[in-house]
Amino acid sequence: MSSLAATLSDSAVITKRNLIKVKRVPDLIVFATLSPIMFVLLFRYVFGGSIQVPGDISYAEFLLPGIFAQTVVFGSTVTGASIAEDLQKGLIDRFRSLPMSRSAVLIGRTIADAGLNIISIAVMALTGLAVGWRIHTSVGEAVGGFLILLLFAFAISWLMALVGLLVRTPEVVNNASFIVIFPLTFVANTFVPLETFPSVLRTFAEWNPVSSVVQSARELFGNTVPGAPTSDAWSLQHPVLYTLLWVVIILAVFVPLSVRAYRGTASR
Amino acid sequence: MLRPSVLGMSDAIVVEGLVKRYGGTTALDGVDLTAAEGSVLGLLGPNGAGKTTVVRILTTLLKADAGRAEVLGLDVVRDGDAVRASIGLTGQYAAVDEYLTGVENLEMVGRLYRLGRRQARARAGELLERFDLAGAADRPAKTYSGGMRRRLDIAASLIARPRVLFLDEPTTGLDPRSRLGMWEFIADLADGGTTILLTTQYLEEADRLADRMVVIDHGQVIARGTADELKAQVGGQRLEFTVTTAAVLPDIAARLRGLAVDEPQVDEQARRLTLPVSGGAEILAEALQRLDGYTAEIFDVGLRRPDLDDVFLALTGHAAEAAATDDDPRTEPAVTGGVR
Repeated sequence: MSSLAATLSDSAVITKRNLIKVKRVPDLIVFATLSPIMFVLLFRYVFGGSIQVPGDISYAEFLLPGIFAQTVVFGSTVTGASIAEDLQKGLIDRFRSLPMSRSAVLIGRTIADAGLNIISIAVMALTGLAVGWRIHTSVGEAVGGFLILLLFAFAISWLMALVGLLVRTPEVVNNASFIVIFPLTFVANTFVPLETFPSVLRTFAEWNPVSSVVQSARELFGNTVPGAPTSDAWSLQHPVLYTLLWVVIILAVFVPLSVRAYRGTASR
Repeated sequence: MLRPSVLGMSDAIVVEGLVKRYGGTTALDGVDLTAAEGSVLGLLGPNGAGKTTVVRILTTLLKADAGRAEVLGLDVVRDGDAVRASIGLTGQYAAVDEYLTGVENLEMVGRLYRLGRRQARARAGELLERFDLAGAADRPAKTYSGGMRRRLDIAASLIARPRVLFLDEPTTGLDPRSRLGMWEFIADLADGGTTILLTTQYLEEADRLADRMVVIDHGQVIARGTADELKAQVGGQRLEFTVTTAAVLPDIAARLRGLAVDEPQVDEQARRLTLPVSGGAEILAEALQRLDGYTAEIFDVGLRRPDLDDVFLALTGHAAEAAATDDDPRTEPAVTGGVR
């Protein structure tokens, strides 16, 4: 078997293993779906009344792309926690003692977690449709919107993989990543228009890749109002390009770093 | 119990001058050992001696700071892939995926050993049968008992019929019945020609299973040989008294002063006094004479040849399971306890 074919075959075996767990542990599905539903309903009905959005669209239309982005980014923390758990239980030792590809455990993990994110997005989209969110663009553009959300989350998964390998305790991975990911997903155009931010925070939010992911999704789903005020920052004028740039940079840095960390790690 | 297959075969495991440091702590300080192809090598030592570190280096999980380690003539660093293809590892913790069923666990590992789908499935069925897990094959491993998980773990390491098997404390934490069962499985494997490196803290286990033993402590080899050779090295006889109440032990020890050729050993938990002696029945008679008046408190008296526990005590200065430190030098010392 060539080394590429071997890597693909091993990654498929590991992906399957991880997806079986999703099937057998209902908590995972619950976490992946219930909390986004709760977010949609909370923001739509609790805060929605007091949040002014640019132009003439409902808050639900503005909100859903933001919730999508927030959920998939949070979803990618699962990668770090799961890898830390595998390390703790000695499974990584077992995999490292097998004649398998040295990157397959991480590839299989990040792909399975992308699968989990697809389930989350599907559930959220259905909830969104129920509360007044609509897609106004072509099928191609809509698919593009979902893809960019998943792609960004996939890149964050690789970053979280490294965190999991270094931190080694699932609970600590969760806490550590929440400290970073909460501000990252809130100091952005996720839930409120950027115009409401104080100036320093606003600059941060404009260049925060989460904002560009959300902006890309809004544009690709047609959840923006033409002519409504939007940021002049280059990152938000070219949100898809800016997001893809981040995806490429994160993957280029964290795929090699994570694989290297995996090769050198061993449970204690 | 040297197996006939051992004679005249080449070495499947060769370790020379192995050194491993963690920060300021030296886990291995120049370990040499060999295991003939088809033999069982027992790697003995208290917690923290460095047994697991040796296994991790041999299974390519860890890189040594100095020295050489070869499996089937392959260097564990340079030929890591080839080494991994011909070994099986069962670590200290049962490394099974608890969400997968028994059969799914084995098929996964089989596929990762590059077996075909059908081959992996057939081999999984075979091993589940052999390890008494066929009835639980379709249940998630989460529902398994500790003994079942351990058996599944060993089955997983055997799926590709490795020529060399590493078993790191395979019976730690098992109840006595599961332990006996595990010993039978390991003995069967050895009879089938698999080279096995077995680490253990249980001397009885090494005595039962290993052709040869290497005893390490503080990262250094302190003795090697067959069980009989090790016992002969210690020599003499052991005079042993078990009493009804531990309170009388110091008094008895005082009365027997001078009879022992070495430091007597007092185990208060077991209410037992052990004296290394050089004579035979005449020493026993002398001891009983000195203990006149204690007959009510003496529960059992015996004269016996040294066993591996005595070997351990003589070699390391501490009892086998009364560990000084944990196997990982970075963690806190383990709680020490009695010999048994």
